[in-house]
Amino acid sequence: MTHEVQPDYIGAKMGMWLFLFTEILLFGGLFVLFAVHLSRYPAGFHAGSATLSVPFGSANTVVLITSSLTMALAVTAVQRGERRRTLALLGATVGLAGVFLINKFFEWSAKFQHGIYPGSEHMLEMEKGQAAFYAMYYAMTGLHGLHVVIGMCVIAWVMGLVAAGRVHRDRFVTLENAGLYWHLVDLVWIYLFPLFYLVT
Amino acid sequence: MADSGAAGNGFLGPVAGAGHVRAWLFSTDHKRIGLLYLTCILVMFVVGVLLGLAIRLELIAPGETIMGAQTYNAVFTLHGVVMIFLVVIPSIPAAFGNIILPLHIGAEDVAFPRLNNFSWWLYVIGACIAVSALFTGDGPPDTGWTFYVPFSAVTTTNVGLAVTAVFILGFSSILTGLNFIVTIHRLRAPGMGWGRLPLFVWTLYATAWIQVLATPILGITALLIVAERVLGMGIFDPARGGDPILYQHLFWIYSHPAVYIMILPAMGVVSEIIPVFSRKRIFGYGTIAASSLAIAFAGSLVWAHHMFTSGMSDTAVLVFSLLTFVVAIPSAVKVFNWVATLYKGAIRLEPPLTFALCFVFLFCVGGLTGLVLGSAGTDVHVHDTYFVVGHFHYVIFGGTGFGLFGAMHYWFPKIFGRMYDRRRANASALILAVGLNVLYFPMLILGLQGMPRRYYDYLPQYTDMHVVSTVGSWIVAVGLALMFWNLWRGLRAGQRVGANPWGAATLEWTLSSPPPHHNFAREPVVTAGPYEFAEVRLDDA
Repeated sequence: MTHEVQPDYIGAKMGMWLFLFTEILLFGGLFVLFAVHLSRYPAGFHAGSATLSVPFGSANTVVLITSSLTMALAVTAVQRGERRRTLALLGATVGLAGVFLINKFFEWSAKFQHGIYPGSEHMLEMEKGQAAFYAMYYAMTGLHGLHVVIGMCVIAWVMGLVAAGRVHRDRFVTLENAGLYWHLVDLVWIYLFPLFYLVT
Repeated sequence: MADSGAAGNGFLGPVAGAGHVRAWLFSTDHKRIGLLYLTCILVMFVVGVLLGLAIRLELIAPGETIMGAQTYNAVFTLHGVVMIFLVVIPSIPAAFGNIILPLHIGAEDVAFPRLNNFSWWLYVIGACIAVSALFTGDGPPDTGWTFYVPFSAVTTTNVGLAVTAVFILGFSSILTGLNFIVTIHRLRAPGMGWGRLPLFVWTLYATAWIQVLATPILGITALLIVAERVLGMGIFDPARGGDPILYQHLFWIYSHPAVYIMILPAMGVVSEIIPVFSRKRIFGYGTIAASSLAIAFAGSLVWAHHMFTSGMSDTAVLVFSLLTFVVAIPSAVKVFNWVATLYKGAIRLEPPLTFALCFVFLFCVGGLTGLVLGSAGTDVHVHDTYFVVGHFHYVIFGGTGFGLFGAMHYWFPKIFGRMYDRRRANASALILAVGLNVLYFPMLILGLQGMPRRYYDYLPQYTDMHVVSTVGSWIVAVGLALMFWNLWRGLRAGQRVGANPWGAATLEWTLSSPPPHHNFAREPVVTAGPYEFAEVRLDDA
């Protein structure tokens, strides 16, 4: 999002916010589908939601919110010129994102073992509302998981820039934009969690 | 900054310390990136035209003429995918938007030059994937460019690859739009207030917002088709609780606003050309600028008029029919303003104006037939017939196509510093306009008579009109060949021109032709509007 020649701080931030709008709209399409399916099959969604593990989901929510905190602290640290602390906090953010994915992995594989995954025979025999619930579940948490992975890559890249001294107290917009992206990933999850785990 | 390379060749000249090919392919200069886009788009345009000619040739008589039914399905799908996603959507914004926008507002470059180069690469990658979908997998896609489920979810042809290409091209489009919005907000020269922006910039601004706000929906739709095909997701499959109508909604929420990505910049080009060749300030600057935003806004609310016969509720049909009519208002405002600008102007019928006038005529035919489709009652009669095909080709080819050709002829001397043969250019414009009417008007009649679109075969009573239409496609081909040959000759051996051969008042004409690498040596200070010709001097040599 940034480039060397022309450090236009406001312009760079504006570009990032526009990009975040497009991300929200990308998920927005799925939220619309979710709304339609929910209104069509309230009972099926209720039943499907009851099979998800609330403790698992809650733990992941806590993990992701904490990672948002470490990200915000990293931005403050870089503004104060504390390079080592910035790197440590960014490392913590990536670590927590990893914990989130591992947690998700266990959750998904438990469902897979019960034969619940897109295209499985069990899904075909399932009542339509529940099948629609799981289709939405895998589509939305899957796309969110992909964004977590992309976010981890972006943060790792910014860590490289910080370590190389190319992001520092006088030029930190790259880090700030990466932070915005990470907060968006967190925010999307904060909507996904109640919709899937607590809707019942 | 020290200008490197031959001064006479401007940005086309070599860059110091870099290989020639590398300096082009990885250039961050908006003018070079725009030219790269233009080259790719014109190559894809030729591919699309050849596919279109093949379709018309097949339909010259009932029964099999030159290809089988499956090949025909693949050919019209590819014609649609290539023309819509690779040619028409990026045509004016990506090519001329990139070249002209920073010059228009007195900037050194766009806001994110490296991102700009990246989006061109995304375009190239998307184009390569789309073309490779032809030759790999189990046959080219045969769904039509709309990729409607359930067929696109079950057909064994190469739909997955084509949809991936569309996703990547969409990403390229988003990044271009984002870049333009930030550029227009941040990089205007001192004195260039919002009231002094050239109208082309206003249309690019409106277009950029549509690109940013609508394209992500296409992205998710494309991803879901892939998920549907690869994983058997079931989101659109009724057997698993899904709903195919939802696909149509998601698809048209993007693809209808995309129509305005196609037409708005063309309207901007026409708004630039008409005042210059009437030597008159444009009539109603404010209303033209506002109507661009109004079209972008209202045009985003009308997607479901593609679905009047899909089984939506009657209330929805009524609401979307009404909203569709609303879009006609700002469009008509523009047309009336152009006509009022021409009125009592000192008109010089140079090629750009010829193309612009053809644009106005053809766009009006397309717009008026659009009203027939927008009112639910008549739409039920002509839905999915050749009437629709005729209508959108009038708008897209007659509108966007002529806007693009007009832009090519208007900015040609600025970009290359040379001039083409003007009489021949005028002749090609007229041949094209005549051919276009011969090609598409019979389709309107065929549609009213009940000939369905996309069909491989037809009843004998439709033969006459199909023959006329096919002959029209040949006239169009002749016109295109003449136009491209003329431009090519102008590029190689045309007469050299000065900074301002048309006597236009926007900023790009104050630079030498072609413009130097870093645009303005000193940041210009804007003291007059873009259509105040009083102090402009013609500089033809």
